[in-house]
Amino acid sequence: MAQKVYAGVTVDVNEEGYFTNPSQWTREIAAEIAKEEGIDLTEQHYQVIEWLRKRYESGEALSIRSINKSGIVDVKTFYQLFPGAPLKKATKIAGIPKPASCV
Amino acid sequence: MKKILILGAGTAGTIMANKLRKELPREEWKITIVDQEKVHYYQPGFLFIPFGYYKKADVTKPKQSFIPPGVDIYFRKIEQVIPGENKVRLDNGEVLLYDILIIATGTRVSPEETPGLKGELWHKNIFDFYTIEGAQALANFFKTWEGGDLVIDIADDPIKCPVAPLEFAFYADAFFTERGMRNKVNIFYVTPQSGAFTKPRSSKLLGNMLEDKNIKMVNDFVLSEVDNKRKVITDYSGREVHFDCLVSIPLHIGDPGLNDSGLVDEFGFVRADKYTLQSVDFENIFVIGDASNLPTSKAGSVAHFQSEILLENLICYIEGRPFTAKYDGHSNCYIETGYGKAALIDFNYDTEPLPGFFPFPGIGPFSLLKESRINHYGKLIFRWMYWHILLKGKEMPIDTNMTMAGKKTD
Repeated sequence: MAQKVYAGVTVDVNEEGYFTNPSQWTREIAAEIAKEEGIDLTEQHYQVIEWLRKRYESGEALSIRSINKSGIVDVKTFYQLFPGAPLKKATKIAGIPKPASCV
Repeated sequence: MKKILILGAGTAGTIMANKLRKELPREEWKITIVDQEKVHYYQPGFLFIPFGYYKKADVTKPKQSFIPPGVDIYFRKIEQVIPGENKVRLDNGEVLLYDILIIATGTRVSPEETPGLKGELWHKNIFDFYTIEGAQALANFFKTWEGGDLVIDIADDPIKCPVAPLEFAFYADAFFTERGMRNKVNIFYVTPQSGAFTKPRSSKLLGNMLEDKNIKMVNDFVLSEVDNKRKVITDYSGREVHFDCLVSIPLHIGDPGLNDSGLVDEFGFVRADKYTLQSVDFENIFVIGDASNLPTSKAGSVAHFQSEILLENLICYIEGRPFTAKYDGHSNCYIETGYGKAALIDFNYDTEPLPGFFPFPGIGPFSLLKESRINHYGKLIFRWMYWHILLKGKEMPIDTNMTMAGKKTD
């Protein structure tokens, strides 16, 4: 298991940089991870991130499609907020595991 | 008399019916199984149909022949599951009561959910191979196709048998090479994943194989819509890929009959404990196979490994003891790579597919995460084992929980 320092806090991450302990996450940490991904977080980003964290905590599956049910953004906006691979980027910034829908 | 009701007589449900009938006394337990289809399809064989290696008759048998004496079978559609009342309503209005419900309704493709996918080119230039109809239509198409852009596209995860689209790509390369027209066919592998597969090592190996076979990979592509006029698929970020023949793996959903049950997530998969296989909502409801929302592959091997766990836990439940069996996410898949070879992967919730030997350390005969001829024979022989051993709930020579023996970790 690897560790990384964000905003002065040491956190546990896996080999791909995803948090293994989501409770170590803070908003300040999110901002630093986002910078690594080339994203400046806005309030809308944070709303999406918080929604993803809530979904994760309740044990619900995460997918691109489920974003439409968030009531915050639709899939197209989600792509604009987190360009390229939005779900992978957003979950990394949200400090939760990469969605494991396939394996 | 107590009642166990099994919904679905596919791989998972059939195995459970056989195991439970052997385990539970007939004078105490009535076992009933429901399925809307009379035909049992050997789904791993669908891959071979578009290339003409298998015909429909090679992958079909009557479901009835795999249901043991002492189990009642209803060939009916499920209309509604009412967990609060321990009731299941069928499409003819009949109501079945249960003490224990086992949900084994699997998953199905839902091309209707993607705009344009089931449009005018459906089964003309756009195909799926996850249904018998789609696989047969594609076989016909390939007979006279003169080449162009062949696009294999996974709409989004989760899908059944996550390696099947890769196998299809490898087979397509071999098939068109053998026909002497590979130079006329551009093969694209379009996936929502960032690599060829989900986990790093297998993703690298399989990614290299795609490259060696001159199959172009398009990553992080989540299908948004299909334009039938221009023959392009588009993702949510607006990227486009042109096709002359689209082999689509459409979005997957659970059984629509479960939608109003309160037991399922937004895709229709039953919310269950990933270790015990018990519904998180009702303690007398269990789920097995593709129908669950468990974070493992939707694959026949998973249903098989889960059947051992579920049987043990059902006995615990019946006897009022704490659960003693724990499912570890074990999955085991052959990956057909064409030219009479195959690779094999073996993994679980915590361990990614690793190289090594299977099932016997150092001996094999199967090699993990590596192509070999004997792996391919393993897959071919498996069809016989499926009909004669696996479905009947007999013991298979593979451990239920994954073992690290024979795997190389460095």
